[in-house]
Amino acid sequence: MRALGAILVKDLRVELRTLESVPGMVLFAVTTFVIFRFGLDRTSLDGSLAAGVLLATVLFAAILAVNRIFVAERDQGGLDAIRLAPVDANALLAAKVAALVVYLVILEAIAVPIFAVFFLDEWSALAPLALVLLLADLGLAATGALVSSLATGSRARDLLVPLVLLPLIVPLMIAAAAAAEPLLAAGAPEYDEVATWLAVLGLYDVVFLLVGYGVFDFVLED
Amino acid sequence: MRGLRTLSAATVATVVAGFALVFFYAPLDADQGFIQKIFYLHVPLAIAALVGFMVAAVHAIRHLRTNDPVHDARSYVSIHISVIFGVAVLVTGSIWARASWGKWWVWDEPTLVSFLIVFLLYATYYPLRYAIEDRDRQARYASVFAITAGAFVPLNFLAVRLAESLLHPRVFATAEGGMPGSMWLTFGVSLLGIGLLWLTLVRFELVAKDTSAQLSRLRRALEGSPRPVPAGGESRPSTPQPAPDLQANRAV
Amino acid sequence: MPALPLDEAGKYVAGAYLVFLALVLVYVAIMAAKLQRIQRELRSLAALADERRGGGAER
Repeated sequence: MRALGAILVKDLRVELRTLESVPGMVLFAVTTFVIFRFGLDRTSLDGSLAAGVLLATVLFAAILAVNRIFVAERDQGGLDAIRLAPVDANALLAAKVAALVVYLVILEAIAVPIFAVFFLDEWSALAPLALVLLLADLGLAATGALVSSLATGSRARDLLVPLVLLPLIVPLMIAAAAAAEPLLAAGAPEYDEVATWLAVLGLYDVVFLLVGYGVFDFVLED
Repeated sequence: MRGLRTLSAATVATVVAGFALVFFYAPLDADQGFIQKIFYLHVPLAIAALVGFMVAAVHAIRHLRTNDPVHDARSYVSIHISVIFGVAVLVTGSIWARASWGKWWVWDEPTLVSFLIVFLLYATYYPLRYAIEDRDRQARYASVFAITAGAFVPLNFLAVRLAESLLHPRVFATAEGGMPGSMWLTFGVSLLGIGLLWLTLVRFELVAKDTSAQLSRLRRALEGSPRPVPAGGESRPSTPQPAPDLQANRAV
Repeated sequence: MPALPLDEAGKYVAGAYLVFLALVLVYVAIMAAKLQRIQRELRSLAALADERRGGGAER
């Protein structure tokens, strides 16, 4: 537990100092919103379109962070130092997952209000939407950290992460979009089916957290 | 490999029997007519591919546990053959969609859509392996992938099925609904035949890889290379033609 | 879902089964190529072995 905290704090400190992930993610997201405005030729979005644009943007911005989440360890030989210390491999994974969640939450804290200003007429469902996004972030982080660890040691790291991550993330997107769509519906948000989809999101998170927990030891060993 | 001959003979017999049943015995479906016959091919292929992916995950778990390259080879080949079957599933599914709805692809069939996603995932197995040069790490990470992907498959089917039923109520029943016994028999034999085909192809491929590996060992032994002969003789998984083998040691 | 007339439907069904056959045959062709490579390698190794045996005790 302590190791998890230590690694997490270190990563967050490095991010705060270098600012290499989060600002890029935010900028990417906002620019992508503009691209969607022109690509779809719409100035207002609701329902499934709004959910789709928001979630796709968050997903692609997340990939920017996922690509980098293990780079520091590889480049600076940090992975060896961590291996030599009696640190649980799972603590490392958990710290990376937590870091990704933090980055995504910060991203959404900035990008979602901007999205609302750009496209939404109705803001009342933003609070429950935050819950959907949080669960989605956890799933993105769990899967992203695992895939990133596989790709980090390889030659085509930047290509491999999106390639492998995207199909894995589809069920998450399905659930998140299906949950977000009624929340962002034109007129008033509807809450009927959201619970089912939140459950699916939760299931996804649990499955991939467990898978990561099960296999990460083998990723670290050398 | 022993038993390969028997296995392939059984495969031939069962597949031919299955197809014979499809065209000479199974009754015509009331709704879909002759088109329904595609199902006897499409569905067994899909089941074989999906089971194959699960089998690959099991082999991957054994590989991580024992570090024996044999399990890695089995995992790789299982995925490889299942991906090939996957292509067949998607193409036959598309033909069926075209025949039923006039379009070459429909998003309404959750099984087909789920399968597409699964296929896209497993297709990334190859670039993942090729990108990692170190043989041991490549095999290990491939196993991690196979396990992760194996866990993903049921989750994916659940999500897609839910999406279809809640967002687009299922109007089209598949051939499974209310099938008479004769159809079940035909389906069963076809399923068995395709399953045996999967096994035969996997065995076949494993023998080929093993042979190549043995030949590499032999060549190294004859040329007196200073490199130690690897135990188990498993070299880099052979790629399907015409992609060249990227490993440094001479491939067969 | 209206059922297609038999002759039209027949083409699609035939197409599907043909795709299957084609894939299996492509696989056979690939395996045949692999077998040829194996044979070639084996022959070259056999020649190498003969050479070694003939050229004295080198191994």
